[in-house]
This record gives sequence, structure tokens and C-alpha cells, in this order.
Amino acid sequence: MATKNYAFYPGCSSQKGASASNYLTSVESMCKTLDIQLTEIPDWNCCGASIGYGEAGELPRHVMNARNFALAETNLPGQDIVATCAACWLGAKESKERIEHSSQLLADTQEALKEAGLQIKVMPEIRHMAEVLVEDFGFEELGRHVKNPLKGLKFAGYVGCQTNRPFGIAGENFENPMYLDKIIETMGGEAVPYDQKVTCCGGALAFSEPEKAQAQIKDIVESAYDNGAEMIVTPCPLCQANVEIYQGHINNKYNTKFNIPVLYYSQLMTIAYGGSAKDAGLNGQVIRAPKLEAIAK
Amino acid sequence: MSANQQMAAKYKNNFLKEVEGQVEMGEWVKMCMQCGVCSGSCPTNFQSSWDHPPQEIFMMIRAGKREEVLTSKSMWMCTSCYNCIVRCPRKIPITHIMHGLANYAHRLGVAPKGQPTRAFSKLFWNNCINTGRVNELKLSLGLYFKNAEGKIDIVQGIKQGLAMQKVAIGLLLAKRLNPMEIFGGHKCKDQKGIHAMLKKANEIEDKRKALPQS
Repeated sequence: MATKNYAFYPGCSSQKGASASNYLTSVESMCKTLDIQLTEIPDWNCCGASIGYGEAGELPRHVMNARNFALAETNLPGQDIVATCAACWLGAKESKERIEHSSQLLADTQEALKEAGLQIKVMPEIRHMAEVLVEDFGFEELGRHVKNPLKGLKFAGYVGCQTNRPFGIAGENFENPMYLDKIIETMGGEAVPYDQKVTCCGGALAFSEPEKAQAQIKDIVESAYDNGAEMIVTPCPLCQANVEIYQGHINNKYNTKFNIPVLYYSQLMTIAYGGSAKDAGLNGQVIRAPKLEAIAK
Repeated sequence: MSANQQMAAKYKNNFLKEVEGQVEMGEWVKMCMQCGVCSGSCPTNFQSSWDHPPQEIFMMIRAGKREEVLTSKSMWMCTSCYNCIVRCPRKIPITHIMHGLANYAHRLGVAPKGQPTRAFSKLFWNNCINTGRVNELKLSLGLYFKNAEGKIDIVQGIKQGLAMQKVAIGLLLAKRLNPMEIFGGHKCKDQKGIHAMLKKANEIEDKRKALPQS
């Protein structure tokens, strides 16, 4: 397969030293194996995430996304934008749809962009990394590179909300998406069926209303355990952090003994492709994953 | 007259018209057929966190219950999970209407004081537009040390910091929390351009909605 080139939109959490830097590390390793060339959109800005709504208003949010579109098209013409963060992907796709749908919104957006010396000439496609893997590569091709299958390991594929609703990856059913389970199986692992696959982790409310988010997280983790999972896998940086870091708090409140590692699909893939624990960013886990580290080369 | 009073006067008791004109995707409210699937699908409503679940909010808007809706903390319970949107038989963009109502109430100054998600949203947005990228350390410090009204509360900060210390240490050791961010951290180069762009966006939006400057 020839090299695939994409305009990379990492998002604020997937920067060096930031809360999803292990995601970034593993994505870079995974892309090396798959011959994916990710070029960061120069001077990309924050998307405003799902939580920005309270203070931001409509046009400012769309304009933040539009700036990234203009930067991508200007500097990396013809390349699809690929986001690794679920919220960045969702927000950018929404802005793109709304701008394409309304000539007034496009005109307003262009007027604002002018102040930053930018204009949108061509609207790029907005993809999530998981979407690229499933649609541009396909499971067979992804499986071709597996050198170190994750044999005997049981994972709960936690899809969550924003890669699933409203757009979904590769047009999958949002009540029971299978793409993450299929990635796990392609890598040689076992994807356990469980009933909290698309339950919300609480999102930003994990910061502002922790008790409510932690109640939801407890259900997710408990179901993963009850169905035999040894590790949880997710495609979203906020889900990863929320489901991982509050297990101690949840244990205190609910008298549980949760201690389950929460990983990114790209970390699984890096290990399965023969990468080291370091390549997969496994030293970036707050709850370590010794079973995965043991398999790593 | 306050912004809230001006808006109430402008729409003269027709709250549905007000929502259609001022709230994101507000024109969809009239499409609601009261089936209740949204309320039944909402994860925070499942925990009884909404005084008025989305279905009820839509009916209250049509019944003209302006103050009850705008001062409600219900909309702030939305986690953007989109469960309601995908199941709505009318395809109403419920998530966005809830966010739009919350934003509108916030701008009018009638949203509940001390609502933590309201405070966090303001903190987050102001953080990300400052340099164009989120400074996660400053965001966390703001979350702990500012009370829900945005004022600095050292005692609260220390308490919350202590409660989160194991998490913070875990993230520090995992190199996912960078204390050096206090001095700056990741940022965009064209901050001036971003600020000018957002200033213009706010101007355009305010003019379109004829929202009084508060």
C-alpha cells in the first residue's frame, strides 16, 4: 500500500506532556507500521470541546473549527483532516455540516476568518483516526501487520458516545457498534460482550459534577469486570481519563476494588504490531497494564 | 433595563418565539411530539439530575414558562452524549438546544448562580481562547481554586487538591500532567489573529440576535 497522507489534528489533550500524550505516542508508533504520514495542521487551535457552549455561543465555536479547516486546506491541500480526539472530530464535523448547509453561516464565518488572514476555499473531509483505520485500511489490511497477537487477553471495547453518536464510525449502528470489538479481535485479543459499551462516562461533568459522572463510570467498569474483561479499550481521550483516574474515588465511595487498566486502541495495535511498551506509551498509564507489558517486545 | 428584561420585553410573552430567535436550533422546539424517548435515554436524567427532563423543557417552552426554564439547572446536566438526538423520532437536535438554552440563560445572567458546569464551561472557554490551546494545568487549578461563582477560594482549592492528590501524582508520574505549564505551555502562534477573529464572530452573532451588550 502506498503511503497515506493526512492533515493531523491532535487536539489539546494529545500534545506532549498533556493528558493524552500516551495516546499521541501510540498513534505515532501505529502510523509508522501502517505507513501513515500525519502532518500536524500548522498552528491548529482548540475546538472548544463539548463544554465550551456555556460561554462561547454559536458562531465563535464554528469559527474556531473553521480556522483549522482553512489552515489545513492552505498548508496541506487535498488531505483529509484526521482527528484522534472524539470531541475534536465531532465538533469539527458539526461545524463543517452547518457551514455547508447555510450560506449565511459560511459568509459570517468567512468574515470572521478574514480577521485572522484566512479564508475557506475548499472544505476538507473530517475523519476520526478509527474511521481511517476501518474505512481506508479495513480489518484485513490492519491484521496483516500483526506480529505479536494479543492472545488470551480479554478486553472490554468501550466505544462511549462521541465516536458513536450522531455520526458513527463507518455508518455503524449506534446501539451496538462493533468496530472497536473488531479491532481488538484483529489484533488477536478477545472482545467481551457487555452492556455498557455505549454508556456516557460523564464527559466534562467528571470535572464539574464528579459524583454524577462517577456513578456512570462505576456502571461501566463494573460491567466490564462482570463480563470477564481484564482491560478496557477506548477511542476517546476524555473517556480514557475519566474511566481510569477516578477508580480510586469510586472504590472509596462504593466499596469496590476496581483497578482495571484503560487503554487506547492504538496502544493495543502498537503492541500487536511488535512495538515495545515504550512505543505504545504504556508508561503513561495511571493504572498500569502488566499483562500487556508482559506481551510487549 | 437589564439584558434579561430587554429580551422579555422584546418577545412580549412569546417565549417560544424568543427561543426560536435566540437559542441555537431553537426553531426545532415546535417539532417535539412529546414522546419522551429523550428523557428516557438521558444518562444524567437516569440519575434524576434534571428537575425538568428535556421532554418537559420543550413543553414548558411552549407553555411560556420563561423564568422556570431559564433559571433551571436542568440543561446544565447535559453531558453531550447525543443519546437523545439519535433516538428522537423527529431528529430534533436536542443536545444543541439544551446547550443553547444554557448559553442564553448564562448570557442574560439568569442561569443558576453557583452552577458548577456553568462555571467550568466559562473557565474552559476562556482558557482555550487565551492562547488558542487549553492549558490543562491552569484549567485544573482554576477548577479547584475558583468557586462556582468564579471567585478564588484558597480553602476550597486546597481541599480539592488534597482530595485529588493520588490522581495528580499518578498523572505526574505518567507524564500526563506538566507542572511547567504554569509558566505557559502549548500555545498557538497567531494568538492576535485568533482574538481578532473571535471578536468579529461575537460582533456578528450579537448583531444577528440583537442581543443587548451586557
